[in-house]
Amino acid sequence: MVGGLVLLSLILITFSFRASSTGALHSVESAGVTVLRPFEVAAERVARPFRDVYGYFRGLVHAKSENERLRQQVNELRQQALQGKSAQEQNQEYRKQLHFIDSPLFPGDYSPVNTRIISWSGEFDQQVVIAAGSDQGIKEDTPIVTQDGLVGRVTDVTGSAAHVTLLTDESSAVPARDPKTGATGLVRHGEGEGSLVLDYVPKESDVRQGDVIVTGGTQSKRYPSLFPGGIQIGVVTSVGQSDTALYKQIQIDPYVDFSGLDAVTALITHKRTPKVP
Amino acid sequence: MLLDAAKAAGLLFLVVVIQLSVIANVDILTGHPNLLLVTIVCVSLLRGAIFGAVAGFSAGLLADTGVFGTLGFTALLLTLAGYWTGRYGETTGRDRAHAPLLSIAVIAVLYQIAALVLRYLLGQAAPAQHIFVALAPTVFLNLILTLPVYALTRRLLRPREWVTREVRLLG
Repeated sequence: MVGGLVLLSLILITFSFRASSTGALHSVESAGVTVLRPFEVAAERVARPFRDVYGYFRGLVHAKSENERLRQQVNELRQQALQGKSAQEQNQEYRKQLHFIDSPLFPGDYSPVNTRIISWSGEFDQQVVIAAGSDQGIKEDTPIVTQDGLVGRVTDVTGSAAHVTLLTDESSAVPARDPKTGATGLVRHGEGEGSLVLDYVPKESDVRQGDVIVTGGTQSKRYPSLFPGGIQIGVVTSVGQSDTALYKQIQIDPYVDFSGLDAVTALITHKRTPKVP
Repeated sequence: MLLDAAKAAGLLFLVVVIQLSVIANVDILTGHPNLLLVTIVCVSLLRGAIFGAVAGFSAGLLADTGVFGTLGFTALLLTLAGYWTGRYGETTGRDRAHAPLLSIAVIAVLYQIAALVLRYLLGQAAPAQHIFVALAPTVFLNLILTLPVYALTRRLLRPREWVTREVRLLG
């Protein structure tokens, strides 16, 4: 008897497993469902209030832990979103750097070392520390640039890091020229924070507002420049001259945003570089 | 006997309906109570192996049709559960107070494992880890159901020897 029932169950399983959805067994199932359906609906309706009460209390019990878990999740996701945004910005920055390195603006005879700024010297110093040093071929006076223009030069170096003095620092001075007029001068820090001036430009030169100022490069083999020529520095914002002054007073708005520096490129030359006294 | 069969059929029909429409989606501490299994075990303890096997087969088949499941799946498991519990009741367990609880504890574990193996053999999803994690709570919930269900079943299907004893007393 029991063996027969087990055998019948196995046969049913076999047929049910192999049967199509329109076969005879499906009709049996449909009949079973049809018979049970009204009872199931009735039972479900009777049980619904109890189930709702159960669900309510269960929800209360789980609400606290669920709330805690979701708060944690929100914090994690917020952190991830911030990291993602930061990574995206960094990625864009690096892409620009790569584009700059491949562009004709990148000075010949130099090889690039891409790196990042890892610390800022302080509120009043216009100096930063980059995450590359002599191990990567960086030496003292190595020029530091971004795709926007000249940033500064290395003033101290260790194996894995280097100290960079920015163009806006009081001690910085860069030979520069106006490619449009050929006028030359010296770019130094200006009066305001982050501003630059082009000094020692003769009064007779025709430098005008809107002219782009670039590094002058080496003009004389006797006095080679630390910086390769043609690197953008900024744009002339005002040109003035007084009767008593010997030179024009030229204000420059630098292309590089010194307060938002992140990725920079060190220009490594294999030639001997002159020492700054 | 026929009256017993009719009572059991009515009870099991009701239990199948409740199991499918109410209890099937109850989840307490990852455990899922199985009122149908508990009822089959109780009926089998009171009425023996053959009665239990037939009751298990019938109720299982009804449950299979009610959920568009694989026909014979629950029927096979409940047939075996009913038969073994009935045999236990016939041989040693029927008069012992702990028999229903012990039977439910053992049968609930075996039922879950057998269902897992059968599902695996049929190529259906057989999440062993999930089932084993839920095993202890499921057994516990079934044990909670056992006492009221056994009391109800015993009231409905009174053991034959009690009837005989009562007749003797009256006589």
